[in-house]
Amino acid sequence: MEIVRILHFLAGFAIMASIYAIFSLGLNVHWGQTGLFNIGIAGFFAIGAYTTALVTSPLPTGELANYVEQAFGLNMPFLVGVIAAGLVSGILAIFIGIPTLRLCGDYLAIATIGIAVTIQRVFNNERWLANGPQGMVGLKKPLGDLVAPNLYNFVYLAIVVVILVVIYYAVERGIRSPWGRVLRAIREDEVVTQSAGKDVFLFKMQSLVFGAVIMGIGGALYAHNVRAIQPSVFNPLFGTFIIWIMLILGGSGNNKGAILGAFVVWAIWSGTGYLIDQVIPVTWAARAPFIRLLVIGLLLVGILLSRPQGILGEEKQVSRMM
Amino acid sequence: MVELTGYGIVLGSIIALGAIGLTLIYGIARFGNFAHGELMTLGAYFALFLTVWIFPALGLSETRLGSLSFGWPMLLSFIPIMLIVGGVAVLIDKLVYRRLRNLKVGAVMLAISALAMAFVLRSLIYIGWGPDFHFYSPGLRPMLELPLGLKLRPDQIFIIVVSWGMVGGLYVFLQRTKMGKALRAMADNRDLARISGIPTERMTTYAWIIGGGMAAAAGILLGIDSQVRPEMGWQLLLPLFAAVILGSIGNPYGALIGAMVIGIAQQVSTYWLPAAYKPAVAFIIMIFILLVRPKGIFGGS
Repeated sequence: MEIVRILHFLAGFAIMASIYAIFSLGLNVHWGQTGLFNIGIAGFFAIGAYTTALVTSPLPTGELANYVEQAFGLNMPFLVGVIAAGLVSGILAIFIGIPTLRLCGDYLAIATIGIAVTIQRVFNNERWLANGPQGMVGLKKPLGDLVAPNLYNFVYLAIVVVILVVIYYAVERGIRSPWGRVLRAIREDEVVTQSAGKDVFLFKMQSLVFGAVIMGIGGALYAHNVRAIQPSVFNPLFGTFIIWIMLILGGSGNNKGAILGAFVVWAIWSGTGYLIDQVIPVTWAARAPFIRLLVIGLLLVGILLSRPQGILGEEKQVSRMM
Repeated sequence: MVELTGYGIVLGSIIALGAIGLTLIYGIARFGNFAHGELMTLGAYFALFLTVWIFPALGLSETRLGSLSFGWPMLLSFIPIMLIVGGVAVLIDKLVYRRLRNLKVGAVMLAISALAMAFVLRSLIYIGWGPDFHFYSPGLRPMLELPLGLKLRPDQIFIIVVSWGMVGGLYVFLQRTKMGKALRAMADNRDLARISGIPTERMTTYAWIIGGGMAAAAGILLGIDSQVRPEMGWQLLLPLFAAVILGSIGNPYGALIGAMVIGIAQQVSTYWLPAAYKPAVAFIIMIFILLVRPKGIFGGS
């Protein structure tokens, strides 16, 4: 039984790492392939998580209705929730893209931070929408009746990995196509791409939406994993910054790197949490999370200075012959 | 409404000090300093350290100045703290940003490293002082009834005076002194400035000292106005950038106007909206400006 428990714990780790790998792939479409500077991933993360929560949960009834308020509850299956999360996140991206994508990169960065903050505040303050600061609990467990609860992580891991693989192939397919080459051309030089007759704005918009759809799906998978979401989860550290570290560590522009980075950074994050709890004195326990934050921040600065291309670096995508 | 406008002017004055430094660094170092909010927080905490722990230990008097909520120690700590935080900003520039500049990476990479520095600085503040709120001085602060229905605390009048004094000082510096002119020339055209013999690396250092120092002052003033907490600067980052974009990136006078607009809009909005939506108000104004005038109010065509 001990072995099963350890495996179950590892499956729990792999689920979170795989979900982060999905975010990292989405960011790789934005930043790694197109050079779009999105530092509001938390916004797409949150919108995906809340969309699936509202789409898949039933409206509260009986005693529960006194404690839980939500704008609607469609009681749809898990897959519908995931797809809806991707769609809503993609639509949000269109609205962010319209004012910002014709301008230089920093504007998009500020706008995405802004939308992330705004979304978090809206879900926190509008209790009628999704139960305010308490958030929503008891989200659906897809295929939950298949196995005993203490083995469920394995089932969910399988679901997440299947979706991760589908997304990985979709992104690979996209970036190896002529479409992907235009995106990389935009990343390298917008003016030259424009003068080659490409509608830069349109391509950037497509990339922004594509990446946002992936992030929305990631948010939905996260929501059904923890099964209880509150606005405070979708903060700049957990929802944005750690994903940037994953992509840059793994190698931006490289999809395998994006996935590798997610697993490595999530292992460091989980590992340092355990280590710091063991090492530091009890009186400092309240400050332990911030020591982790310091370590992870210095890690990013260190990578940027010593190996900006990441572990794997960008893959050559034109031809293996060249 | 008039009352909220008054608070808006106070907030706008604080944002202005941060935004002017941010836009100056934008113009000179050519990237968005996402750690600017943390420089403000750092200033506020250094002031807490000096006035609550160090000065009382040295036996400096705690007596308040007139009806202000603080005494001489606070006034004395402004200049050294501005210099220290300016020094911290220069140190970060030398240790991180300059090395990245030498690697010839793009502006976005610098901005990402600034974001990383924001997290590093914030975690150091958390480790040093913990996550709790602090006040420079305890007790209630009375309101002054001013003409036209304005109500402000003496502290807030102090904030406006100090902030506008510094902005005025910077104006004279940028317009009249040789170094100020060199800074403006460099923000206008880096290459032209360099071939005219302006030492661009050294100018970058000065820009960080000025930007960091003004951010520190803004942080202290923000701490005087409300309270000192680790997220105070981070939460002001969006209004800072909104002010900078509103006034056209790189333009200090534009940033001043932008800051006042954002500050007043944020406070007046609480008349209809929950106060939690203040950052969202800054964001909506910014998006609106980007749609109508993408280069800001003072930008060229």
